Formats: sequence, C-alpha cells, structure tokens
Amino acid sequence: MSVANSLILDLKTDRDIVRTRQTVRTLTQELNFSLVDQTKMVTAASELARNTVTHGGGGTVRCECLLEGIKQGLRLAFEDHGPGIRDLTLAMTDGWTSGTGLGLGLSGSKRLVNQFEIETKPGHGTRVIITRWK
Amino acid sequence: MDRIPILHIGEFLLVTIQVDMHDQLALTLQDDLTAKIESTGAKGVLIEISALGVVDSFIGRMISDISGMARILGAQTVLVGMQPAVALTLVELGLTLPGIKTALSAERGMKLLRSASEDRGSVDVGGQ
Amino acid sequence: MATQHGRVGDILRNHEATLLSNWLSELSATGAHVEGRISGAKLESQAREFLRLLGEASRHGPLADIDHPESAPLRAFLEDISRSRAAQSLAADQTATFIFSFKKPLFAILREELTTDPKALADETWRATESLDKLGLYTFKAFQRSREDIIRRQQEEMLELSTPVVKLWEGILALPMIGTLDSARTQVVMESLLQRIVETGSEIAIIDITGVPTVDTLVAQHLLKTVTAIRLMGADCIISGIRPQIAQTIVHLGIDLQGITTKANLADALSVALKRSGFVVAKSTS
Repeated sequence: MSVANSLILDLKTDRDIVRTRQTVRTLTQELNFSLVDQTKMVTAASELARNTVTHGGGGTVRCECLLEGIKQGLRLAFEDHGPGIRDLTLAMTDGWTSGTGLGLGLSGSKRLVNQFEIETKPGHGTRVIITRWK
Repeated sequence: MDRIPILHIGEFLLVTIQVDMHDQLALTLQDDLTAKIESTGAKGVLIEISALGVVDSFIGRMISDISGMARILGAQTVLVGMQPAVALTLVELGLTLPGIKTALSAERGMKLLRSASEDRGSVDVGGQ
Repeated sequence: MATQHGRVGDILRNHEATLLSNWLSELSATGAHVEGRISGAKLESQAREFLRLLGEASRHGPLADIDHPESAPLRAFLEDISRSRAAQSLAADQTATFIFSFKKPLFAILREELTTDPKALADETWRATESLDKLGLYTFKAFQRSREDIIRRQQEEMLELSTPVVKLWEGILALPMIGTLDSARTQVVMESLLQRIVETGSEIAIIDITGVPTVDTLVAQHLLKTVTAIRLMGADCIISGIRPQIAQTIVHLGIDLQGITTKANLADALSVALKRSGFVVAKSTS
C-alpha cells in the first residue's frame, strides 16, 4: 500500500476545525468520493477534530491519501497529548457525554467510516485513526 | 465580528446559514436568535440549511438548543432544506433531531408554521 | 559514455524505422490485429507513438523507472491503449503482448550493436527486458482498472433501470423495489430517491416493497434509515406492499416502525398520499 499526499494540520482553535473540514472536503473530492461518502468523511473529521481541540487540549491531524492496488482511500490520524479517555467502552457508547457534548462524536464517527482505530491512555493523550475507501 | 443575518418576515424569523460556521459563530447565532425572538415576539423561526454541506453534532446541538429556547419563548422552529447527503450522514451518525419540524423549502416551512399557529390560535380562543 | 541510461535510448533514436517495421511484422505474426478489431493503420500509429514516448522517456532517466514523473506521458499513453482495448472487450493480455512483442526486434538490434561486448550485451538486454516487463505489467493493471470501471458503471445503470423513481402525482413519488435489498444496492437506490425528492419538491414518497421477497432486520434497518433521512429533509414516507408474512416478520423481530404509515398495496398508499396532500378524487357522474 502506498501513501501519497500526506499533510498535517494543527488543531488548536475552532477555526482549525473549519479548516480541517474544508481540507477533508477537498481531498475527498480529489479522490472522487461520492457526495454522500464525502459528507460522511467530512462530518467524522469534524467530530474528531472538535474532540481533539475541546477535550484533548489541542493536537494535530495527519491526512493521507492511500493507494492499495487500485483502491483509493483517505486516512486521517487525530492526535493529542491531553488527558486521554479513562473509560473507552463508555466513551464509545452512544449518548455518553463528558458534559459538553451530545456524546456521539466517537461512536458516531465510527459508523461513518470503513476503518476506525483508537489508542488512548489516561494522562498520555489520544490517537484516533479513521479510513474511508472509495 | 461576523454574524449570520436574521431576517424578520411578518411573524417569523428566517435564518439562512450559508457559510461553514466556526463554533463561535454558531454560538453567537444562538444568542442573537434568542434575543430577536424576544424583541420581535416572533411566533416562528425558520432555519434554512440548503447551502450547508455538513452538519455535525455541534451544529445539531445548536439547532436543538435553538428549538428548545424558541419553544420556551413561545415560538416554533422549522428546519428547512436539508441536503440528502447531510440527511443520510446524520442518520448514520445517530443524530435524528427528535421533536424538530422540518420542511423542504422556506415557503413550505412558513406554511407549516402558519397552520401550526392557527391550530394553537383556535385552541386558545375556543378551548377551555 | 551515455549512460546509466543505457544504449536503448540511442538504439531507439538511431534505428527507429527498422525497429518499427520489424515490430509491426512481429505484431501481425502474433495476431495483434485480433481478428481485424484493430486496424493495421491504428496499430502502426500506436507502435510509432510508443517508440517515440519510449525514446523521450529514456532521455530523462533509466527506462525502467515507470514511476518517474517524466514518464507521465508514457504512462498516460499506456493507460489510453489499455482502456481502448478494455472498452472493445479484448482479452487482458492483449496490451501486454503489444509491449512484449517489442522485445524481439529490440534485442536483435542490441545483438548487432554489441557483438563485440558480451558483457554489455547481457547488461543491456537485462535492462531492456526489465523495463519492458514493467511497462507490460503496467498496461495489465490499467486494463484491469478500466474493466472494473466499465463493470461498475454498467451495474449502476442496471440499478437505475431496475428501480426507477416514479412521479405518481404532484408532490407524490413512488419507488417500487424489486428483488433482494442488499446493503450496497439499497444505498444507491435510496440516495437517488432522496435526490428526486429535492429535485421535484415532493413531500410524500411511497416505497413499495411488493417485489421484495424477504425482509430481515438488516433490510428493515435500511428502510428505517431512509425514512428517517426523508423526514429530516422535510418530506414523509409511506411503505406499501407489506405482505402478511412480512408483517409477521416485522412483529416477531420486534422492529419499531416509528409511526411510519404502512399499507398493504400501492393503491391504498396513493389514496392516503393524495388525501394528505389535500387532493380529493371525485368520479364524474356523466
């Protein structure tokens, strides 16, 4: 599998969340994703970007265009060095909230993408990687 | 600071969201709208999102909150013009916006609001 | 000197005419005209173009480097000839054979040029065969990709044909579903229904499942998701064609229809839709 077009965006302010949405929109358009698939990916990115900014104390997202044989995809890796998530199972349940969210960010995003990986450790930050194939 | 304009049309307020809102802008809109419902005594609020290509849980919550606050202030909210891709994504996301009325266009939305207020009117006048 | 780029570049330039004519006779000997589906003139122009691009590419770098940005025109050419052969439903090896058959005339000239230097001959032959192999394989991949695109497009067209969205009346659409509702299919079909709702401004969509043999939890979920999406957009949905067995399955599976109106047949659904839309149907008495 090869990776083309890797770029990293800072996630510190709510404007960065908008920039992430716009970047992901452009990337999925270039990859010729269907409109619905574009929307799903952009929405998932928005959720995770917000998590990184609001709960993770800021971080980054790495966007990579993937090529596996003839399959094309987009992989986004969100990373922060914030407090981490203490109870992951709970966090992945619909409706869970840390107080300021509807709680759908993680579990909802998982449903919008093809691959979803999460690594988190209390005190060590969180890493979420989502992939959507064309 | 930029703001989203709110139009006052008769008994209703119309908000057309055409930009990709950053969170602060959304919160400002919420405040502005609530203030305007109070100051105009509007009976209905139309939130027009036909130009919005993404609605995430933050915007979803904003819409829910606006609807809730409007109701307390005596106004009905209608969400208008959601794009198919957005609708399908929201369903997958699990964000179904329960209790919020929707319409295909601002025109239909106003029709809905008028008939809703008529119903309310008849109950108020004739009911016990 | 010359060259890490090797002798091939020089040979291509100096012996173009010979290479071309030898290659063309090789091609016709190996049946590259494919029962006349590719004309002699076309084949010749393709061969000529390939030689030219190969010559160009070898000017900028080792011939074997198909991924080199300077090799872009060569790649584009290979994709083009693969695509046209794919579109003609020719066999997958056709384009690759087109490339591989170039080896014989090339090696013949290499042998002539390097009779006195067996080591150089071996090196150059190896280099040439390596590059041509890569080019041939590239065309094979491009061919595959084209075929898959064609198949996918045909599938989409078939899908659209088998589930057309019909306008029953002003503001009322119907989607008669036929056959099994699998995930991918349902998705495409539902997306087009939603799109038509927006385009026509129809407030009621009737999904008729008379032609759907079984409804399991998954199918029911897809239907519910579609209805929810339709409601979010500001329209509503009626499901018709619910046979007794399906009704039983729905109850047994404990599926919550969330207030969706359901009717046994399309006619009943239409009647409800008309009423909701404010239409009154009257029979003329004359």
